[in-house]
Amino acid sequence: METRALRKNSIALTGLAIVGFYVAAILLSLVWLPFDPVAMDTEHLLEGPSLATGHLFGTDEFGRDILSRIMKGASVSLVISICATALGAVVGVLMGIWAGYLGGRWDQFLMRIADILFSFPSLLLAIFVMAILGEKTYNVVFAIGIVYIPQFARVSRGAILTIKSSEFVRAARSNGASPRFILFRHLLPNILVPLIVQVSLSLSVAILLESSLSFLGLGVQPPYPSWGNMLSAGRKVMVIAPWTAVYPGLAIVFLVLGFNLLGDGLRDILDPRLKNAR
Amino acid sequence: MGRYIAKRLLSLIPVLFGVSVIVFFLVRLIPGSALQMYMGTQVEATPEQMEELRRIFGEDRPVPVLYVEWLGRLLQGNFGYSLRTGRPVLPDIVSRLPLSLELTVLALFLALLIGIPQGILSSLRKNPFWDVVNRIVGLLGLSLPQFWLAALMVLAFSGFRGWIPMGNYAKFTEEPLRNLKMLLLPSLAIGIGLAAVIMRYTRNSMLEVLQADYIRTAKAKGLKKRVVILRHALKNAILPVITVAGFNTGYLLGGAIVIEEVFALPGMGRLALYAIYQRDYPVIQGIVLVIATLFVLVNLVTDLIYALVDPRIRLDDSSR
Repeated sequence: METRALRKNSIALTGLAIVGFYVAAILLSLVWLPFDPVAMDTEHLLEGPSLATGHLFGTDEFGRDILSRIMKGASVSLVISICATALGAVVGVLMGIWAGYLGGRWDQFLMRIADILFSFPSLLLAIFVMAILGEKTYNVVFAIGIVYIPQFARVSRGAILTIKSSEFVRAARSNGASPRFILFRHLLPNILVPLIVQVSLSLSVAILLESSLSFLGLGVQPPYPSWGNMLSAGRKVMVIAPWTAVYPGLAIVFLVLGFNLLGDGLRDILDPRLKNAR
Repeated sequence: MGRYIAKRLLSLIPVLFGVSVIVFFLVRLIPGSALQMYMGTQVEATPEQMEELRRIFGEDRPVPVLYVEWLGRLLQGNFGYSLRTGRPVLPDIVSRLPLSLELTVLALFLALLIGIPQGILSSLRKNPFWDVVNRIVGLLGLSLPQFWLAALMVLAFSGFRGWIPMGNYAKFTEEPLRNLKMLLLPSLAIGIGLAAVIMRYTRNSMLEVLQADYIRTAKAKGLKKRVVILRHALKNAILPVITVAGFNTGYLLGGAIVIEEVFALPGMGRLALYAIYQRDYPVIQGIVLVIATLFVLVNLVTDLIYALVDPRIRLDDSSR
């Protein structure tokens, strides 16, 4: 990637800075948190944000520090989103490049599967999968990962089709390279550009999906903090303690915005032709 | 065009078949049989009654046979019976469908109403500063969790109860004004993300069209700016926007599930959530099937509209 282009692109740079800030906060949370995120404190229930008490974002209905819970929840949300995107990307890309490279019946078959998965609105599919697998944190990864499989399959298949018949691929084939060698050494590196953009945008949607699932009580279960279940709890006391719902929501908005800015900016840098694609 | 429609309709069959396979077999993955779940709530049964129940729940037959039976019943409009209430699933879904559809349509309408004018305006203010502002506003719209926005709206308007009625849902057919007032905020929460997408597309599409020669010609003829923008540019720029709006409509339907919960609206989404909390699988299956079918149909209609306004699609159709 061209670092000079990145430096000139303020959109991508802002996104990178936001994501970097969250990563730094997560790393910090591993060694230090202002308070214990699951410890209840009956003397400080629903206290507003204040410097004096040290609860910068206030406390929730159990007296737990909201800032600490947001920091802890950041790693939960981010790890789930990264794993889900990775799952969807690996399966989807394998499907897509296999379909695109082999063509014919394989292509028909694999892309029909992608079409079928595409027939469910993403949130509905994730909810349905969670309803079946049960509300476990690792199941959230499957539920969101499945949503991404068809998207990555389509993107990578499309990219493979455009370069499949180019000269360097034909040259490799006439040199006797095996299909697997051609796929992984020649084709895959050349479709990385659209994939990187897709990964960044997928991470943003994964954060939203995870928080939606947890908000509905189908994702990460209390007392473990995730932004979604914090919002779900905060909603009930929102009228008397708005900070319980406002700050976790802002945490989601800024991280999602960070990934969106990064993805959008990267698209400009890496592939100007794709500018109108979304 | 007739042949094109027929062809696209036929292509739905394998997709819907695949959807039914997924919906049926995923539910079979759940540990514990439907009979056990059903018995969990019932009194003891005699061995003869158990035998009868086992037959009703299909435990004496192989799974593929059950699938074929299930599919046969679906095609006759029988979606099975709720494990909790014992009532047929389909009428319950159908009675809640209008609200969810109304929310979706209103959300789409609001998204277009906000997105298109914003997109046009932002394509006209073209300098580096506004470029960045517009992109950030657009991306921010995409980054807002709908349910959070909905919760904030409830909070913000809790002081204006007289203005925006909450609770006691009124059907459109009974009290149209009250109904629309009630659905305004929920549909705004659902539609705001799509409004951002539409704004981005309108803007990009307008920027492209505004560079075309015929726009310069129109300007050179001395036409008013407004006429050039609305009549000449927008008419051509709007095509990709319509497609994007259409393909996203199905997602609005998914968003309705969460938003109905926040605003306590008795739509299909709430039915789905309660079914999930109570592990009422026939109801879940029914709702997923209905929504997926609607989703596929909306996408088909979008394709057809696109083909109707742009004849190149139909001609190009051999490559699909």
